[in-house]
Amino acid sequence: MSAAPITVYVPRDSAALAVGADEVADTLQAECARRGIALNLVRNGSRGLFWLETLLEVATPHGRIAYGPVTADDVVGLLDAGLLTGAAHALCHGPTEQIPYLAKQERLCFARMGVTDPLSLADYEAHEGWAGLRAALALPGDTIVQQVLDSGLRGRGGAAFPTGIKWKTVATAQAAQKYVVCNADEGDSGTFSDRMTMEGDPFMLIEGMTIAALAVGATRGYVYIRSEYPNAIATMNEAIVRASVAGFLGVDILGSGRTFHLEVRKGGGAYVCGEETAMLESLEGKRGIVRAKPPLPAIEGLFGQPTVINNVISFASVPLILARGAAFYRDYGVGRSRGTLPIQLAGNIRQGGLVEKAFGISLRELMFDFGGGSASGRPIKAVQVGGPLGAYVPESQWDLPLDYEAYAAVGAVVGHGGIVVHDDTADMAKLARYAMEFCAIESCGKCTPCRIGSTRGVEVIDRIVAPPQSSKTGPQHNRPQQVALLRDLCDTMLNGSLCAMGGMTPYPVLSALNHYPQDFGIATPDREAA
Amino acid sequence: MPTPATTPDHAQAATGAVLARRADEPGALLTILHEVQDALGHVPREVVPQIAEALNLSRAEVHGVVTYYHHLRSEAPGRHVVQVCRAEACQAMGADALFEHAQQRLACRAHGGHGSTSADGNYTLNPVFCLGLCASSPAVVIDDRLHARMTPQRFDQLVGKLEAAT
Repeated sequence: MSAAPITVYVPRDSAALAVGADEVADTLQAECARRGIALNLVRNGSRGLFWLETLLEVATPHGRIAYGPVTADDVVGLLDAGLLTGAAHALCHGPTEQIPYLAKQERLCFARMGVTDPLSLADYEAHEGWAGLRAALALPGDTIVQQVLDSGLRGRGGAAFPTGIKWKTVATAQAAQKYVVCNADEGDSGTFSDRMTMEGDPFMLIEGMTIAALAVGATRGYVYIRSEYPNAIATMNEAIVRASVAGFLGVDILGSGRTFHLEVRKGGGAYVCGEETAMLESLEGKRGIVRAKPPLPAIEGLFGQPTVINNVISFASVPLILARGAAFYRDYGVGRSRGTLPIQLAGNIRQGGLVEKAFGISLRELMFDFGGGSASGRPIKAVQVGGPLGAYVPESQWDLPLDYEAYAAVGAVVGHGGIVVHDDTADMAKLARYAMEFCAIESCGKCTPCRIGSTRGVEVIDRIVAPPQSSKTGPQHNRPQQVALLRDLCDTMLNGSLCAMGGMTPYPVLSALNHYPQDFGIATPDREAA
Repeated sequence: MPTPATTPDHAQAATGAVLARRADEPGALLTILHEVQDALGHVPREVVPQIAEALNLSRAEVHGVVTYYHHLRSEAPGRHVVQVCRAEACQAMGADALFEHAQQRLACRAHGGHGSTSADGNYTLNPVFCLGLCASSPAVVIDDRLHARMTPQRFDQLVGKLEAAT
């Protein structure tokens, strides 16, 4: 008589694969086969507790029990200790759902993350999947748009523009062909929520995009995924095939007579293609050069047609809004920042990972209550919020509520919710220089403030930090003069650039200069913080 | 990632196969270039006119796209391709020192955002700006395999394995 197979979960998320999850899975299978144990191995998404990856879970009568970080070398010892019954072990963390990091979260968008097999339609359906699409199929387009408007959802890519207003513009535009495009060019350092969604819950993105298509009358869509995410590309492609075969995509969606064709397009490693108009150029097979706006993409977008463009998390938030109603979603959050944000804790942090919380949480709570302080054990010096174009936030602002308006008021941005922690060994002048250098490398070259300003910015910062008497090639530089020059240059970039690439590079530069003047060799701020 | 030996005939044939499959799709150029690079390891200069002709574009337009995107390359890469993330979250965990170490170990010298190939053709080292492993930094990719929490010591072990296998 053979016992019922025991279900064990080993994540397939890139962050787990990068620390050996495949080896853990292989060893576990081989060892169970050798011991004659029937194993049901599920490759789930990641729970987002990355310091515990590879996080292995065992299904027991008392729920799923977590073990981590597990390496292939731990597997035999774990099995000997009674892993398959959820027995105690140095690596055991008890029931997964009760791990404080997870228990304290408000997971709406990431509710299925790490729970299900990402490519199992049955799993998806069993966990509230397609409920939003089914609701949307029974509604006229303008009612869907109204629900998204009422939810207060704003673009999660960083610009925070109200999603419903964008949809309304496309819905009212007259055209034979409209498009829905997902911007999955998640290039910001410190962000991975889009990657996790595509690798760990791809049907949610498909469902959100399909609802958008129904709302605005689009029949064709693209997911533009960066080439640095091969696993996300592969998982999305497979999910699209499975969803199409099962009737959730393609012609006659669920017998409704409605049509939506979805396709993945791979980016080319250009950061600026995260800017929506550059992405459209790239989708059209051209160099990813920014377009001047207007016309808005909602009026003249992909191939000149009205196009909804949203970030992965914006689309992924929609199914739940349709399934549970706009009010349910709007009840989370503060001020005009409604709902939840999947925040990504990264860099020099002990417990890095994905924290989904309603807006309003502070950086201090995130870094210490969730993150457990720096990974190095040294004091935290600076935190960059919102990617390479986001400001460095000093300790005096760590108690601000995470809220689009509160951050804007101090010259910072929430952006895509990436938080990169630096300890006290960070040289802020070097990081400011890097921001300019990155802009010089990634500028599309269309507008002068960005293309030339970034290179001049690197040079000016080099002159500011040059030690006295080191200059062999030119005269000694007057530091206050060079600082004034840098500020002037930043002003030109801020106000004269065509898009956020050049227009926001001054955020990290000026915040570093204003809050950490000593790193630039300046004793006190030469001007009040902007 | 071993690079297939490329003769002009082979390159033309492989490109022709991609074009036959994709040329009619709207805005297909970037997709076509990806598939050519997947087949040949790079986008050889001699296939640019062939692609331009099939898509009714100028050679300058195709060349412009090939050279615009960091991911696409006109030269064959080394026998092994190593990418080291240089973005902020990795910098916060020692990526600058790791990149410096990788340059020494692989005898590659990168400048700015550009990669370089060692003189013996064994390695191509590319800086990369974010692999999405920012909570497990620093991160590298060696021949399409992701590795997180990298240290110079572990890097040497992994490179040593590559060299032992050849």
